[in-house]
Amino acid sequence: MKRTIALVLSICLVMVVGCAQRTGDLNKIVIWHWMTDRDTAFQELARRYEQQTGVKVVFELYAPSDVYSHKIVASAQAKILPDIFGILHKKHIVAEFIKSGVVADLTTDFNADGKAWRNSLFPRALAVNQFEADNPYGVAPGIYGVPIDVTNIQMLYNKALLAKAGVTEPPQTYEEFLDVAQALYRVGIEGFVSGWGELWMVECFASNYAFNIMGEDKVMATHRGEVPYTDPDWIAVFDLFKRLVDHHALIEGVVTKANKYAEQDFALERAAFAFNGSWCVNVYHEMNPELDYGVMLPPRVNMDRPMRIWGGAGSSFVVNDLSLRKDKAIAFLKWLTAKEQQVFLAEKTKNLPANRTALSSIPQVLADFAAAMDDTTHPSVWPLNEDPQVVEVFDKGLQSIIIGEKTPAQVAAEVQKAKAARMQKQQKRSQM
Amino acid sequence: MSKRSALAGFKVNFENFLFVLPAVAIFAVFYIYPFYEIFNLSLHEWNGISLTKQFIGFDNFRELFQDAVWWFSMKNALYITFIALTFQNVLAFALAMACDREIRLKGFYRMIFFIPPVLSEIVVGLIWSWILNAGQQGGEPIGLLNFALDRFGFPNLVHNWLSDPKTALTCIAVVHSWKGFGWGFVIFLAGFQTIDRQLYEAAKVDGAGFWDSFWNVTIPMMLPVIMVVIILTILGSMQAFVLILSMVGQGLVYHTEVPVTRILFAMTGSSRFGYACTMGVTFGGILIVVSYFLNLMSKRMKQA
Repeated sequence: MKRTIALVLSICLVMVVGCAQRTGDLNKIVIWHWMTDRDTAFQELARRYEQQTGVKVVFELYAPSDVYSHKIVASAQAKILPDIFGILHKKHIVAEFIKSGVVADLTTDFNADGKAWRNSLFPRALAVNQFEADNPYGVAPGIYGVPIDVTNIQMLYNKALLAKAGVTEPPQTYEEFLDVAQALYRVGIEGFVSGWGELWMVECFASNYAFNIMGEDKVMATHRGEVPYTDPDWIAVFDLFKRLVDHHALIEGVVTKANKYAEQDFALERAAFAFNGSWCVNVYHEMNPELDYGVMLPPRVNMDRPMRIWGGAGSSFVVNDLSLRKDKAIAFLKWLTAKEQQVFLAEKTKNLPANRTALSSIPQVLADFAAAMDDTTHPSVWPLNEDPQVVEVFDKGLQSIIIGEKTPAQVAAEVQKAKAARMQKQQKRSQM
Repeated sequence: MSKRSALAGFKVNFENFLFVLPAVAIFAVFYIYPFYEIFNLSLHEWNGISLTKQFIGFDNFRELFQDAVWWFSMKNALYITFIALTFQNVLAFALAMACDREIRLKGFYRMIFFIPPVLSEIVVGLIWSWILNAGQQGGEPIGLLNFALDRFGFPNLVHNWLSDPKTALTCIAVVHSWKGFGWGFVIFLAGFQTIDRQLYEAAKVDGAGFWDSFWNVTIPMMLPVIMVVIILTILGSMQAFVLILSMVGQGLVYHTEVPVTRILFAMTGSSRFGYACTMGVTFGGILIVVSYFLNLMSKRMKQA
């Protein structure tokens, strides 16, 4: 009898403790992020939010970004994602996350109160997190992510190094840029650095010029398989890289250079030009506060078409649709993207705020980046992206042009061969 | 009576089984089940996230056998392994032999030679990529190797080590060997210390010189250890990839691709988990076959 009573009491105790823990958890939001430069600022904002609302926010850092990506995928498979997280994958994978039911549709929240939240943010940043009607991914139209900053990728130029080569104004056209590169080479200054050891960066540079040379419609037609990569416009894009090499424009070792080392090279004045994102402002400031540099759009080849740069949402968070604290998570993200918090983040981390009303408090060089937000595009907003296996052949082909292994025509033929093979396979799979 | 003895026998077997059950359970959960899942996934097209997988049979295997980049990456891994088998193991063998003798600072050398293997591979890759950096500042090389070559009168040897297809993979292979030779050194040293000194004395009495003793005593006695080191070197070098990621990032065209980087790309670049599993199964199978034949060779050498 005594044993029975003891057993029943033990069970009751376990249930009470279990319930108490559940209630306590409902006041705690867990956020997984990868942004090492922002962790301190996030911790401070979490402290402020808890003071204001009583809701505890826990930021957990998992870096670098590729490790974070793997963790998110594994956690999604195990259904143990936190309340708020980021998806660092291309849009078709984001779509899979949404279709798996782990990402909340935030459209209603964005449109509430006369679209107040929605209108406060850069439209291009929201577009990256949005799926339109009739999208090719099979996702219901809506906004699924919250941008916490915006970014774009442009060219930077070192004013002092250009002056040493007798150049007083940054180049406006690609031909002028090549002439400046030669002038720099003649005085022993390396011209151009970028993190082209990270394939997405060389792809980004090529994509900017593809849009400039042939326009977005033709690029999308290529993705659909209607225009071959052996088209003269595409060969002109590949040829740009050969011309950079021929004019001694590129820093040594650029094809295997990770972006963080490219940032070091520009900050320490080893190269006169860089191709980098707005996040570099904080990085350059840390490495060399005296660096005197400017921001410019990549100089155009085709003056009849605009230069469209990659940009939009820098970093975005999504809300776990399976979370018991979904409403609190959404409320926190709304608070995080409000003007006061965005100004704080911009000041601490020197990243562009996602909130348009927070732009008044940013340094001039960041303002120069922000001025080009209307020129941005991004693979996430394109109607169709190229097959990743074709993109790999494309990117590796650009590397082989830079190291002088292959000609633009050879690379174009290889990319087209890969494209044809992938299209055939996809057709066969769809018939299975 | 026979029923009783059968029951007793069953009881003994059952008790024995209960003792090994925990180990079998752990092995099944952490080895057999994951292998089954990986093989199962290799028969599907799956992006790693979606709730549904498309069964495609052996289509992935057919694709892999025609994948020129995959077989090129195997060739690159074989090259790294070849450098490790020759440069790394010959160096480890020679240094172990030297440290087995009564030399000054023997203990210090043993400690120094074992430092590279215990360093993190990422850290080793970053340090060596700095040493091999081809950049310049103010007309002077900033990479340590190029700086030294330039400073000590060999400016014609200054080179773009990690961005030249002719040298990138060799640099990676040499760094891999530098990092790995300490393991071989320790195993060889342990092997040398098991050789009975009386064999050398007997050989000396018979008039054998250094090389006679080396070929007729040292090598035969060290043969089992040499085979173990060869097998471990092959298995370790074929799977090298961390050093490649930290030295050349996403690679120099396909010149620095190895099987594991291809598996990584299939998973994270093209989100083809099924194809990545196919690569894993095929690669694992190749390594098992290689290990089997090396073991067989080792047994036959022992018998001879």
